[in-house]
Amino acid sequence: MDPTARCTGCGRPRAECDGCARELDPPRFCPTCGTRLAVVVTPAGYRGRCREHGPVVTGRS
Amino acid sequence: MEQVTFTPRRGRVEAIEPLDADEARRAIHAAEAALLDERRMLDGDELATLARVPDESVPALAALAHQVRLAWCGPQVEVEGILSAKTGGCPEDCHFCSQSSAFDTPVKATPFLDTDEVLAAAQETAALGASEFCIVLAIKGPDERTMQRILELVPIVKERTGLNVAVSAGILSEDQARRLAEGGVHRYNHNLETARSHFSRIVTTHTWDERADTCALVRRYGMELCCGVLLGMGETTEQRVELLLQLREVDPAEVPVNFLNPRPGTPLGDMPLTEPLEAIRWIALCRLALPSVILRYAGGREVTLRDLQALGMTSGINALIVGNYLTTLGRSPEEDLQMLADLRMPVGALSAAI
Repeated sequence: MDPTARCTGCGRPRAECDGCARELDPPRFCPTCGTRLAVVVTPAGYRGRCREHGPVVTGRS
Repeated sequence: MEQVTFTPRRGRVEAIEPLDADEARRAIHAAEAALLDERRMLDGDELATLARVPDESVPALAALAHQVRLAWCGPQVEVEGILSAKTGGCPEDCHFCSQSSAFDTPVKATPFLDTDEVLAAAQETAALGASEFCIVLAIKGPDERTMQRILELVPIVKERTGLNVAVSAGILSEDQARRLAEGGVHRYNHNLETARSHFSRIVTTHTWDERADTCALVRRYGMELCCGVLLGMGETTEQRVELLLQLREVDPAEVPVNFLNPRPGTPLGDMPLTEPLEAIRWIALCRLALPSVILRYAGGREVTLRDLQALGMTSGINALIVGNYLTTLGRSPEEDLQMLADLRMPVGALSAAI
């Protein structure tokens, strides 16, 4: 399992996309499997959960 | 998935004939006399004239808007946090929105957050010095279960954080508006988004008139109306002036000013950003058209205004959303709070009844 295998902006393999997420967009796809994440954005942060890999991304504004 | 088509108009709004420098100076002076000396509202023709000042006169227009804001609203700035408590899967087809189920976007639908999650977000908001917290739901309008959840959340958030609680839950029935007001909702957000004449190009699943009806219900039952705009969706200058006059008719306490941040996968995903100086022009015009409203910086300001964000604060803005938005991130709250401190603008709650 490689937690950098996929682009978090579009979910494609890194070989096809080297990162297309915009600066003020939270990650939307799992960095391991490329599945769309359930993302919760709050005033001071965000967190993304993958159906397969659980809570995989967190951050703040 | 049904294909939604949209043909954007590219580039600047359209080639309107700008005023020359003398005409612009006279128009700005006349607006100053009206708004500061006579204390009367500008009419549609005056606003349409001010919309045509050349780029070089935009800073003068903005300076007047700042004076008008100080004279009509005072120096305070209101800070608010917002939370998308139910994200995506929306049946409406607002062409700018990544939460519509009509479009294939990266936003995955997530159910209504539980009470602890909403409360934690409200506590984050309070810790940032905000006075208002808005719970936002991506729905056409609330069903009974959703009403119950909102009515359960509002008093808890109020009591535990001391924040005023606002709600944005789409189109309301008369009974729902009454119950939300009785349930302690301080402000209800329902944006007009765009001019009536442009609306059917942007939304096909409901009408502009339905939106105006909900705005009227909000006021009728005593909630403060928060009714915003989203600029940069291919509307013309005339339609922006039309929108300002229509906003006056619905008479909001607060107007959030959003600029389109084109979302991948939506019909407006390839639209250009509004140019920064154009954004300042229209912030100023919002203030000049609506001298007493709480005019709030909202979505799209970071990507649209870039380094001109502080200039917006002296162009008529007197409120801002701090931190993140519904599905996108904002700049850090520390940057915004530092900006307000540097401008010597005090933070505090504002009310419609100043």
